[in-house]
Amino acid sequence: MRLYVVKRLAQALGVLWAAYTVSFLVLDYLPGDPVSAMAGAGADTGQVDPAQLAALRHEYGFDKPILAQYADYLGRAVRGDFGDSVSTGRPVTATLADALPQTLQLTGAALLLAVFLGGGLAVLATYTTRRWLRQLLLSLPPLGVSVPTFWVGLVLVELFSFRTRLFPAFGNDGLRGLVLPAVTLAVPTGALVAQVLAKSLFTALDQAYVETARAKGAGRLRIRLRHALRNASLPALTVVGLLAGQLIAGSVVVETVFSRDGLGRVTAAAVTVQDIPLVQGVVVFGALIFVAANLIVDLVYPLLDPRIVVAASRKVRPA
Amino acid sequence: MTRPTTNEPETDVPVTEESVTHESATDQTVTRGQGVTGQGVTGRPTTDTATTKGAAPAETTTDRTATGNATTAEAATDEVATDKSTTDKATTGESAIDAAATDRRPTAGAALTDAASADEPALLEVRGLSVSYRTRGGTVRAVRSVDLDVWPGQVTAVVGESGSGKSTTAHAITRLLAANGGIDAGIVRFGRHDLTTLSERELRTVRGARIGLVPQDPTVSLNPVKRIGEQVAEVLRIHGLATRRSAPSAAVAILDQAGLPDAATRARQYPHELSGGMRQRALIAVAIAAKPQLIIADEPTSALDVTVQRVILDHLQHLTEESGTAVLLVTHDLGVAADRAQRIVVMSEGRVVEAGPTRDVLENPQHAYTRRLLASAPSLTTARPRATAAATAPAPDEVPLVEARNLVKEFRLPAAAGAARTLRAVDDVSLTLHRGRTLALVGESGSGKSTTARLVLRLVDPTSGSVLFDGADVTTARGAGARQLRRRAQLVYQNPYASLDPRFSIGEVITEPLRAFRVGDRASRLARARELLDRVALPGSVLDRRPAELSGGQRQRVAIARALALSPDLVVCDEPVSALDVSVQAQVLDLLAELQADTGVAYLFISHDLAVVRQIAHRVAVMRSGRVVETGTAEELFTRPRHDYTRELLAAIPGGRHASAGDRPHQPKEHL
Repeated sequence: MRLYVVKRLAQALGVLWAAYTVSFLVLDYLPGDPVSAMAGAGADTGQVDPAQLAALRHEYGFDKPILAQYADYLGRAVRGDFGDSVSTGRPVTATLADALPQTLQLTGAALLLAVFLGGGLAVLATYTTRRWLRQLLLSLPPLGVSVPTFWVGLVLVELFSFRTRLFPAFGNDGLRGLVLPAVTLAVPTGALVAQVLAKSLFTALDQAYVETARAKGAGRLRIRLRHALRNASLPALTVVGLLAGQLIAGSVVVETVFSRDGLGRVTAAAVTVQDIPLVQGVVVFGALIFVAANLIVDLVYPLLDPRIVVAASRKVRPA
Repeated sequence: MTRPTTNEPETDVPVTEESVTHESATDQTVTRGQGVTGQGVTGRPTTDTATTKGAAPAETTTDRTATGNATTAEAATDEVATDKSTTDKATTGESAIDAAATDRRPTAGAALTDAASADEPALLEVRGLSVSYRTRGGTVRAVRSVDLDVWPGQVTAVVGESGSGKSTTAHAITRLLAANGGIDAGIVRFGRHDLTTLSERELRTVRGARIGLVPQDPTVSLNPVKRIGEQVAEVLRIHGLATRRSAPSAAVAILDQAGLPDAATRARQYPHELSGGMRQRALIAVAIAAKPQLIIADEPTSALDVTVQRVILDHLQHLTEESGTAVLLVTHDLGVAADRAQRIVVMSEGRVVEAGPTRDVLENPQHAYTRRLLASAPSLTTARPRATAAATAPAPDEVPLVEARNLVKEFRLPAAAGAARTLRAVDDVSLTLHRGRTLALVGESGSGKSTTARLVLRLVDPTSGSVLFDGADVTTARGAGARQLRRRAQLVYQNPYASLDPRFSIGEVITEPLRAFRVGDRASRLARARELLDRVALPGSVLDRRPAELSGGQRQRVAIARALALSPDLVVCDEPVSALDVSVQAQVLDLLAELQADTGVAYLFISHDLAVVRQIAHRVAVMRSGRVVETGTAEELFTRPRHDYTRELLAAIPGGRHASAGDRPHQPKEHL
């Protein structure tokens, strides 16, 4: 077990390094020059002194060969220093740390909503004996996945802010301000959870142990909650792990639509002005969240299914 | 519901006949009664059968008493106190138990003549039950107008081949049908209720509490993510028989009762940590937990090794006899039914074709289907060797086709359990197989027989030892040598449903080995495929069909045809018939024997089923824990087994206790 965790942590470091390297290469390859963009933003006329630009390039290390730049940046990144934002001059880590709480609130709330609404929908779809209700419930997840997030956001704003004034349309205004963005972000996520969970619930309900449970006299709800759900939860859990990364990406759209401060908007802004250090910081942070979420998911598996530790090791096949 | 076990020998028979039997011929009734002791309170004692019973009573009586009908014994002692007729019967000079047991019928007879209502009910009475499944291809009528009775304290066996509707019938009783299945007609009277009319909620108070189910496959019938103890305790919790606090210890006690050793530890384990036999015991614990009046056992041991099967069935029998629980035993194995049941119901194509007391059905089958089933049941037929054609011993100087010398195969076990360990799956095994002969490897799962076969085929490399094929050492053969071996040695797998590529047509399946070895051209390969199909008695028209369109037996024929395509010298048959119904089994075994006589192919025949082996093998090697414990000719081994384990295996063959012929090896006594 401990060995397993150590192995997984080593893998996680590998993933982070790969994320950093790939983003570095991609950003380097992109046309455009962050320094001229930055300098251009500062000047009114667009006429910038070439000497000044060269000095700036030197300051950020952009004049060195690409490999030297890479080694330099990587060395500092390992120590937790992603440099300063080109556009604001603040340290990248500080910028991210400022934006993080808002985004964590948003994604956390969205994840909770997604799991509970998606899970509830899946259980209800398998529980009901009414054919039409089941069909209706099962048609919701594909709908939720296919509808664009920003459109859901706009519809919600229209309905609940402009018409009924139940929730604010934008801003980081406490819990009420969180509702609409969280719901918007939860729709595609929850839909995926519901789709996967419903499918594996139906599979689990076909298993022989469910018949055993029925023969015991267990009721429909008991069979679903106590027997099938835990067995069916593994694929859904895998999806949740993958969704953690997607939530960060989704927050870019949602935070923009609802004009919320947070990581998403920082990212959107950084990409627009080619703030390379900041974008890199966001990429590596996103990778970190993704890796951590999946590590947690993998560590939760054995708690849900006692067979998994055994299955992880090589199988012996006698006779 | 409390219910004295003694007062239930009622029948569904015309009362008059029975009374006549009883009153007119005391002697006969006594002997009949003894028959009853053994066969349970038979349902249909016509004067006719009573007379036939009278003809051969002694054997039945002793036989059956020996098998230990505990209920009867208990019933007897109870009745001594209550029934005055005991004294009369005792005067007939029978032993106390026998005499007392005899009383059961007179008691019933008296009760029946006294009572105005002649139909004192059976515990379970199924009348005109019809079940159908909705499928894409339309409605399939799986069960058609089935009548069935189960009396308290009795084992009633429902016997039939797959698709006969026996399992559906059993499940329909508590309405545990698949979602697309439904009861079309009929009543299922259990106690005072018709189960077909109960609401789902009412039915839940019957399931588990009054009718327990022992499911078919113990390996998948327990929830893999819940501890064994929880799963037993759940029954008690659902039916309010234990509190959250008392349930765990109650569950341990029940597991203990179900014969699970070290129950307290097992209760904390998960299903995957237990062997198949132990899991089936846990499932029996689930079934008996609430002390039901009826247990429905749906092929409870088909997935288990034969010796484990025996122990489990013994225990189930013991438990139900002790508590007077009725059992509806669903099985495809007539041998099991013969050993365990007092009444047999034979089903075919959704209908009951014959029903009656076990002995009547077995000895005097009325329906052609029953006769066919009896004839093909390997465990019930006495030796009917098919492998006679080449039975002459090979010349002593003949080079054996396969010679395995001191084969050893070790597998590394996962290091998770501490230090790295190895499992010696095959331990110093030496075998010799001559052309045109059949060598059977017999053993239970895990005994190393399949690994041995894989070593011989060079599908796995031995840790040590050597394999000689036709005199040449192929132990380390690579490239061309190994390919040559592949051509001359073929394999027929256990599961014909999984071993044929579902996307291939049958023609492609059969010609694949020819294509792989670039034998002939398209036309000649096709001609060869036709010839092979003809040889395995399949019509040429199946060439273009897919495996899914064929039955299990037909598929296994295709697999055999594929194995023969390259005219190999050796065919390894890995449990080739264990997935097939008995009558199909018989056909496939006949085919194998016939092909051997025609082509001189040698078989390495792997099986856990000694009854099958007896019919096909020239020589037999018995394996246990990776070692060969005994080898010999089939005849020797079956008539004069030397090793204790071989004797144990022979004794465990179901149906042995019914066989009246004296050629059976000794039967160890049942516990009482």
